[in-house]
Amino acid sequence: MRFEAAHKHSTVRSEQIILFRSSSHLFAISSSSVQEVRSVDNLAGVATEINESRVPTVRHALRRGERCIYVVNVALHFGLKPSPAGLIFLLRKSRVALLLDGIEKMTTMTRLQALPAAFCHEERRWYRGLTVLEQNVLPVVSPDGFLTPDEFFLLDLAADKAQRELPSPPALPELGLVP
Amino acid sequence: MTWTEQIDSHSCVLLRIGERTFALAADQVAELVAPSRIFRFPHHTPELDGVILRRGRVVPVCDLAEKLTGKRLTSRRFYLIAWRQQAASKETVALPVSGECELIKADLTPAGPSDSPHVAAWLSHNGEVVEVLNLNALTPEIIPSHSAIVSEAAQEVRV
Repeated sequence: MRFEAAHKHSTVRSEQIILFRSSSHLFAISSSSVQEVRSVDNLAGVATEINESRVPTVRHALRRGERCIYVVNVALHFGLKPSPAGLIFLLRKSRVALLLDGIEKMTTMTRLQALPAAFCHEERRWYRGLTVLEQNVLPVVSPDGFLTPDEFFLLDLAADKAQRELPSPPALPELGLVP
Repeated sequence: MTWTEQIDSHSCVLLRIGERTFALAADQVAELVAPSRIFRFPHHTPELDGVILRRGRVVPVCDLAEKLTGKRLTSRRFYLIAWRQQAASKETVALPVSGECELIKADLTPAGPSDSPHVAAWLSHNGEVVEVLNLNALTPEIIPSHSAIVSEAAQEVRV
């Protein structure tokens, strides 16, 4: 499944979002940030195992052309109980893919509230803000909040090492598979 | 000069947290509301339980009981919605309380240098000495995050 970048409307300020589940928690992400959705089953054989203890949320990398895309386990990233993941979101213009349980639905948000300043730790990097949908408050994740430049640096080193030690799996084709 | 130094007599709201009574300056109190559904999502600020929705706005729930009494609240009768200064702006926080609140006028004694930072002043009410809370001192502090630790590790590798 591929998503087109959301068009900006000049009159209605709304944003298409995908609600997804990870370890029984619901999160929202802008659909314009998600380039492809793939089933984890389709990625067997194309993922390389990565072992960088300082970035425990990443266990696998995917090769696309010359680039390495790192698969972040969303449950581990948010400190939740590990859960059986079913889908992978490949993020647009990013070297991050998200491993998550499943999609709840696609919808539109019309208002994004800033995360209250009382939240003052890593969550400020994790979330763009909060949105209210059908009397539920949902965090809207920031696509840039999953890995820092320093974490990319460490992962690139680990990926290089893994590539030298093991034969490379086939690269992930650009046009994806439908989950 | 703080408000406690400017005036002797001040309107305060008494609140019950567990077995103890505390006070807040009345001008810091927005409203007292019945407990409503708490929305929880992953975060690393331990003082915060989650958020509630109040008139379409998201209000963080900050449980002060453990900090002030050493015990978590077993029952929450109300949320006292209070204003807290954050940098140049103000925002509301919902403080779970275990009983009804009371508006009083009382003479305040400013906190001394030996008092805890969370004490803005003292007041006497019905023979009880009550701490007037400094909400800003009770709110969470920014600490170095995991990303800072990883950043240090990356620097080590680069050197």
